[in-house]
Amino acid sequence: MANIPMTYYLVLSTILFFAGIYGFITRRNLLAMLISVELILNATDINFAVFNRFLFPEHMEGLFFALFSIAISAAETAIAIAIIINIYRNLKHIEAQKLNELNDLK
Amino acid sequence: MNFLSLFVLIPMLTVGLLFCLGKPSHIRLLCAGAGIALLALALTLLGLFIQARNGGATDAMLFRADLCWYAPWNIHYSVGVDGISVLMLLLSAIIVVTGVFASWHIDPMPKEYFLWYFLLSTGVFGFFISIDLFSMFMFYEIALIPMFLLIGIWGSGEKERAAMKLTLMLMGGSALLLLGLLGLYFFHGADSMNLLTLADRGMALDAQRRFFPFVFIGFGVLGALFPFHTWSPDGHASAPTAVSMLHAGVLMKLGGYGCFRVAITLMPEAATELSWIFLLLTGISVVYGAFSACVQTDLKYLNAYSSVSHCGLVLFALLMLNPTAMTGAVMQMLSHGLMTALFFALIGGIYGRTHTRDIRLMGGLMKVMPYLGVCYVIAGLASLGLPGLSGFVAEMTVFVGSFQEADLFHRVLTLVACTSIVITAVYILRVVGKLLYGPLQNPQHALLPDAAWYEKVATATLIAAILVVGLTPHWIADLIHESLAPVTAMLGR
Amino acid sequence: MFNSCYTALVPLLPLFSFILLIAFGLRLPGKWAGYIGSVLTGIAAVAAYYTAWTYFSLPLDADGTRPAVEILSWEWLRFTPLLAIRLGIYVDALSAMMWVVITTVSLMVHIYSLGYMAGEKGFARYFAFLGLFSFSMLGLVVAPNIFQTYIFWELVGVSSYLLIGFYYTKPEAVSASKKAFIVTRFADLGFLIGILILSYFTGTFDFQTICGSAQDAAGVGGALFAPALQASFLGLSALSWAMLLIFMGCAGKSALFPLHIWLPDAMEGPTPVSALIHAATMVVAGVFLVARLFPVYALMTPGVLEVIAYVAAFTSLYAAVVACVQTDIKRVLAFSTISQIGFMMVALGVSGYGGHAGEGYTASLFHLFTHAFFKALLFLCAGAIIHTVHSNEMKAMGGLRRYMPVTHLCFLVGCLAIAGIPPFSGFFSKDGILAASFAFHPCMGILMTAIAGLTAFYMFRLYCRIFHGPYSGDTAAAQAEHAEAGHHTPHEAPAVMTAPLVFLAVLSLLTGFIPFGDFLSSDGLPHAFPLQTAVAVCSVLTALVGIGIALYAYGRGPRPAFQRMADQPNAFLRAAKNRFYIDRFYLFITHRIIFQGISTALAWFDRHVIDGVVFGSGKLTEKIARKIRIIQSGQLQTYALILLLGVLCLIGLVLYL
Repeated sequence: MANIPMTYYLVLSTILFFAGIYGFITRRNLLAMLISVELILNATDINFAVFNRFLFPEHMEGLFFALFSIAISAAETAIAIAIIINIYRNLKHIEAQKLNELNDLK
Repeated sequence: MNFLSLFVLIPMLTVGLLFCLGKPSHIRLLCAGAGIALLALALTLLGLFIQARNGGATDAMLFRADLCWYAPWNIHYSVGVDGISVLMLLLSAIIVVTGVFASWHIDPMPKEYFLWYFLLSTGVFGFFISIDLFSMFMFYEIALIPMFLLIGIWGSGEKERAAMKLTLMLMGGSALLLLGLLGLYFFHGADSMNLLTLADRGMALDAQRRFFPFVFIGFGVLGALFPFHTWSPDGHASAPTAVSMLHAGVLMKLGGYGCFRVAITLMPEAATELSWIFLLLTGISVVYGAFSACVQTDLKYLNAYSSVSHCGLVLFALLMLNPTAMTGAVMQMLSHGLMTALFFALIGGIYGRTHTRDIRLMGGLMKVMPYLGVCYVIAGLASLGLPGLSGFVAEMTVFVGSFQEADLFHRVLTLVACTSIVITAVYILRVVGKLLYGPLQNPQHALLPDAAWYEKVATATLIAAILVVGLTPHWIADLIHESLAPVTAMLGR
Repeated sequence: MFNSCYTALVPLLPLFSFILLIAFGLRLPGKWAGYIGSVLTGIAAVAAYYTAWTYFSLPLDADGTRPAVEILSWEWLRFTPLLAIRLGIYVDALSAMMWVVITTVSLMVHIYSLGYMAGEKGFARYFAFLGLFSFSMLGLVVAPNIFQTYIFWELVGVSSYLLIGFYYTKPEAVSASKKAFIVTRFADLGFLIGILILSYFTGTFDFQTICGSAQDAAGVGGALFAPALQASFLGLSALSWAMLLIFMGCAGKSALFPLHIWLPDAMEGPTPVSALIHAATMVVAGVFLVARLFPVYALMTPGVLEVIAYVAAFTSLYAAVVACVQTDIKRVLAFSTISQIGFMMVALGVSGYGGHAGEGYTASLFHLFTHAFFKALLFLCAGAIIHTVHSNEMKAMGGLRRYMPVTHLCFLVGCLAIAGIPPFSGFFSKDGILAASFAFHPCMGILMTAIAGLTAFYMFRLYCRIFHGPYSGDTAAAQAEHAEAGHHTPHEAPAVMTAPLVFLAVLSLLTGFIPFGDFLSSDGLPHAFPLQTAVAVCSVLTALVGIGIALYAYGRGPRPAFQRMADQPNAFLRAAKNRFYIDRFYLFITHRIIFQGISTALAWFDRHVIDGVVFGSGKLTEKIARKIRIIQSGQLQTYALILLLGVLCLIGLVLYL
């Protein structure tokens, strides 16, 4: 494991990150957007872990931060899904671009 | 803090107490009480002031008090009065109290209405007692904002649009004003906002030139300076009775008072230099307002244009920059405040009965409501300058004063302004003839009731004040004249 | 000794009557309002006579003039260190004479109105306004300075407005009152500007200072008037402008051409009001003011005085011609008033200053004095006639002498007086005017004599149409109509109305014998003006010719030739009947030019251009905001994309710059 260079991890996390961004910008479905956000968060988690492991092996903050972030993203997902479910109940769809009831620019 | 602060505290206290009351009758009683207290206070102040002056007090401002609000920017709450502000306070008190009576049965939400009404008066009184640029500006803004709600909620016709227009135009004016005031502050050395300190110190001429237009136009917008007057017809037409009264009667005077107190007093050289531009504009105001009033068919529009004409005369006379004309200007403020408030009170009364303000739909009302009719005629006669009523003394002082400026430009403008007395007669008599005389136009009006007691109180008070000004002008003129002495000394007159 | 208590009562009592009746008039039962007003005016009249009597019995000054007395001087309003309005009472020969005229006529009108206005709605209001008018007029003539004159000038204007519009439900009355006020207001604008110019250059409002200086042109006067004479504008000196503009005010009030248009319409008011205000007192205020400032006119600006003479002569001729073809009896009297005021003004205009040259001045005021009585008499008679016939039109009358003998006799006295037949008062005063006109220029004298002849003609035309010929109400159709309207055969007016008529008729008969020159002359020195036989014979003959024609034409009802002229008027008569279209010209100016032209255009400009700019700026802001708003779509994904692009740009910047 030690012989896998750091760059590989970073390439992976970059791919994940941009896949997330791409998904966030292009997907219409709120759930898909939520998944994309998760991808972005996971990309950052990987970065935290990787930088900690490779650059400051004697510290643990990066790992903690990764765990912290996972916890937050879990909470956030819970809230987001709650909102999405509510939206679905009320409007019968979860299309992000059609959620413009409060906006007169249609 | 001295007793002058009561002028601000009483209305503020009233606002606070209003929160606790619910029954309309209690609200009315409280408001009438507060109004009468303010009137009593203003009269007491007048007495004390005259006594102090007779006792040899020679300061420019009497009853001064000072309270530091925010030291880093030299913001103080400082108060003081001279003869002019005493008269303005008295005018405001009269109109506030009569306004309460004129809106005795305001509907809906009397509580909220009077709440904003007294907040507005807080601003008005605060403005007239302040001698600090910042607190002046703050009170000025306090007086402007409630207007939006008062017109927007309790108004009539296109009230929302009118409220918006009025507030935005006045806010535009106060933006200019703020710039001007900041200019005054910084170019006076940025260490005091006190009017007296600044006046003593003087200001560099080029800075004066730069900031005089800001301040003058800023206040001028409120004083219905042509071409920034168009908020007035719409605003006055849509506002509820007491608000029209307060607005035309007092708020428009804030403009004239500010022009005098800040623009001319602090920048006398620029005033002398630039007066010609504004004289032209105000000269236009005077005649233009009068001519426009001739063809109006809505009572309130007519009165609003007549206000443009009369308030134009106020600024016109101020810009003549000689003591007589400026005395006339202040008298005109007083006189216009009283008679226009009377007009609006009566128009409110008539509108409340006939539900129209279109003079083409009314006629012969004198027989139906003789009290209101007679009062309307009196107001009209005051407006066209009948001797014995307030308009005459004010206009004559203005004209005699303006005529003392001997060059052709001032002469021609004075003559042009003089013609307004004829045009005023034309539109006043036209409306009186159409509205009150002749056969009854609409048979449904035949059974309308005449004035109720509270309307009688309001109009009788105003008529009494108009008579006092018109019959005994000498003490008023003296009061104004001596207060002008410091300014005219600076102007080199 | 001069008692100022009595003197102050004269103007104050009518004021008191006004206040009392305005405050409590509605609660007074029956005719009490009228009684109160009449009694107070009566006391005022007695006080005025007493004042005049004590004044004229004051010892003369060393130089032979009567000293003027100023009582009650109160500084009312100070303008500049030099200029202040003082209110006071200034008694001199002129104002004492005016007081006598005003209180007498006012008292007569009060008494007469007790009968005339009985049962009218607004009885108390009527007497209140009469009180206000009397107060204002009395205050006007005793003004010690020109600004007080102006103040009361406006007040009489407004009381005239209120009284003309007394029947305020009648549209004609309303528009007549409006017209009267606005036309005189326009003239007052000139007056005001004249005052401003005069006071600016002389530094005073005081009549005594102004007139005294004019008399003393070489001394103090030179210094006082020098600035005003030196300053010039459009080729005239400032003083000439001032005096011309003041005359404009006088012309408005005294209904001189071309500002006369309001007076005939003012006849819409109650007839006693026409007698008091629009015949005897207010309309002569212009004459009074020119007389008051006469030293200035005569000595400092003789050119202006000449202008006055020409304007007045033209007015007199114009009004006399128009009066000949009017059919409304009050209109005839109104035009005759205009014409007679023209006579007074002509007399002032042609008069010189001092000694015998000042004959015009004395004659003018003498005519003012006599005219007040006989014209009030004529109007009150007309009122009695209208009261019983219920019409103003001549064709509703005729043959009334059988029904109303007293009125008939009084009217005849008035007609003879105005026509200038001796020994009636008009003869003496008119003779003085004609003599002064001949002295000025023979042409002027001939013109004025001719107008006097015209006067005699139209007055007797009026007289014959009312009192002679067949009574129109005698025909069966007319009787039926009358009965339908609840009218009755004409009858004599009640005693309360005829008593003032008789009293005024007696005055018209006697006042001519007053040696007026002893009391009033241009320089204050008593001067006797003997009757000039040649002029007198000429004028009486002309008047007799005028009367003769009138009697011939209308003595037994209009003769066919004259009736034809009235039915099918030629162009000139038509024009005269329409007052030479001057009213239409004014209507054109006010309606077409001022209302529809200037005012409507300005109002449009205000609503659309100025307000347009305001709204335009609002709209512009909104438009720009809408454009910018598109970016703020509320779409999270768009925001994210823009954010991303922004970040990329920033990174690019950081990396490559």
